[in-house]
Amino acid sequence: MRHQLLTMTATIALMAGAAAAQEVRVYNWSDYIDEELLAKFEAETGLKLIYDVFDSNEVLETKLLAGGSGYDVVVPSGTFLQRQIQAGAFQKLDKSKLPNLSNMWDVVSSRTEQYDPENAYSINYMWGTTGIGVNVGKVTEILGEDAPIDSLSLIFDPANAEKLAACGIMMLDAPAEMIPAALKFLGEDPNSHDPDVIAKTEPVFMAIRPYIQKFHSSEYINALANGDICVALGWSGDVLQARDRAAEAENGVEIAYNAAKEGAQMWFDQMAIPVDAPNVEGAHAFLNFIMDAQNMAAASNYVYYANGNAASKEFLVEDVIGDPAIYPSEEALNNLFTTTPWDAGVQRTVTRLWTKIKSGT
Amino acid sequence: MRRFILIAVPYLWLLALFLVPFLIVLKISLSDIALSIPPYTPQLDLSAGWDGIKSFLSELDFENFTFLTQDPLYWKAYVSSLQIAAISTLLTLLVGYPIAYGMAQAPDEWRPTLLLLVILPFWTSFLIRVYSWIGILSNEGFLNQFLLWTGIISTPLTILNTNTAVYIGIVYTYLPFMILPIYSALEKMDGSLLEAAEDLGCSRLSAFWLITIPLSKAGIIAGCFLVFIPALGEFVIPSLLGGSDTLMIGKVLWEEFFSNRDWPVASAVAVILLLILVIPIVLFQRNEQKQREMDQ
Repeated sequence: MRHQLLTMTATIALMAGAAAAQEVRVYNWSDYIDEELLAKFEAETGLKLIYDVFDSNEVLETKLLAGGSGYDVVVPSGTFLQRQIQAGAFQKLDKSKLPNLSNMWDVVSSRTEQYDPENAYSINYMWGTTGIGVNVGKVTEILGEDAPIDSLSLIFDPANAEKLAACGIMMLDAPAEMIPAALKFLGEDPNSHDPDVIAKTEPVFMAIRPYIQKFHSSEYINALANGDICVALGWSGDVLQARDRAAEAENGVEIAYNAAKEGAQMWFDQMAIPVDAPNVEGAHAFLNFIMDAQNMAAASNYVYYANGNAASKEFLVEDVIGDPAIYPSEEALNNLFTTTPWDAGVQRTVTRLWTKIKSGT
Repeated sequence: MRRFILIAVPYLWLLALFLVPFLIVLKISLSDIALSIPPYTPQLDLSAGWDGIKSFLSELDFENFTFLTQDPLYWKAYVSSLQIAAISTLLTLLVGYPIAYGMAQAPDEWRPTLLLLVILPFWTSFLIRVYSWIGILSNEGFLNQFLLWTGIISTPLTILNTNTAVYIGIVYTYLPFMILPIYSALEKMDGSLLEAAEDLGCSRLSAFWLITIPLSKAGIIAGCFLVFIPALGEFVIPSLLGGSDTLMIGKVLWEEFFSNRDWPVASAVAVILLLILVIPIVLFQRNEQKQREMDQ
């Protein structure tokens, strides 16, 4: 999910296959699929696949709400999906064309129902958590062996943040993820829609603001891996990517990811078909292709995110299925929370609060 | 008839490319946010005829503009953008004028090459050129490595993610827009005027001040407008090079549009931005015209 917030969307147009073939246009997050799957889809179906990528939910949503996006399959996150369904941006899935729906995992689909009742409009692609990535060596050097690396207090307690500021803290530039975390730290309902409750997070952020090096949604991957920062509040798969990059570079940096013990946000990226999709038939073919157990496993093995496909589990490599940071234990799963979208008024309050937190104005 | 067509073409151009888009934005700025496609209400329904238009007009209001006055964020962002645009225009002029002057003074056979060198950077994408400044200005970037190597500094300078980086980015990006009009004004200048001034005992410096500068005024003004106007609404440069505390109206507009999904408020911000630009330019041009008439 959300790999690079570059404000620009890169375009990968796959020109394989006969030019006259029918086209399917897919719009997905950047760095979010094993690209061999794209060629495989074209070979299996004879359809020409045009695969574009984006890097923020906001960009996708603006395209969808402007109408006429031209895409057949898009991949918004749960809360965004819910609002877009209400805005009439999607069409119901024709489940008779999706035999692979039987592969889906009820643990995930029961949770995505809160965004998309009966999963009428979408299928789950990947899911993950928002949690804490740490450079274990540096953090224990500063805070001692019993440093709370699995607790939100590592960042939100100003005493810890102040000490860690020297080695660097980064935070996602995504209020929809950071404010629920701060609410959880305060012991409030992380899914609160009450502006007065949300306002309680302001002093929390203001107290640690001087110690945050940057609010950014992708730079922390490299910064963690290179040892430029030692703590990041970010997305699970991104931190795991940083862990692998550091391991490959053999630079002595050891990265660990923990979903906060107080409770961590669980998010879902859902595939759906826009209401004005030019090739509805092809969109269903793509969704069914993705829900194939082996295809879905190949995608997860490549991007290090968990998927919502129960049948794919037997094809997952041990690095993925055996990693509790990707596939949490039953008990840890119960400790995850989900959020629902804010309405326009609350969203405005939150954006304003976030601007204040970031800029001081 | 021929005269009519000659006049009509620029007006049609203005109507199609400026006035119509402006009216569309103005219309959205008077509407209300809604959860629909497109995300605002009311929608103009021409099929309902005259009544449809009337009911549409009755639902428009200036609520979004009053909202902008209630939060200091907006005027602070406008003021800060004006400041950044003004300072960078001045810096661009200070850098650009000597270059244009040098080009105009150069031998005739060099000029096409020099002109090409000024235009050449345009052959690379604007985005890539701004991105490469990240590599130059960052803490481990070329500039800091060079300065550390020479021993001028002992700790890396923090330039990236500050307003300084935004100034550098704007000056670099818009420099050709400043150089080209000044150059074209200087190139046309009659060199014998300077010789006459010197013959009459004027020092070279005051000849420059009294003759060259006034004669290149049109180029300076055109260059300043070409830099100031886009710099005011700049979004890419502050978001890539600026810090999270760099407040510019382009960023505020982006957040209204993308984060708040509030097209009406975003449009109101854009309308005000346009008025901030258009009103001084119109006043300025009228003043110029009056002066020209008085001179004659």
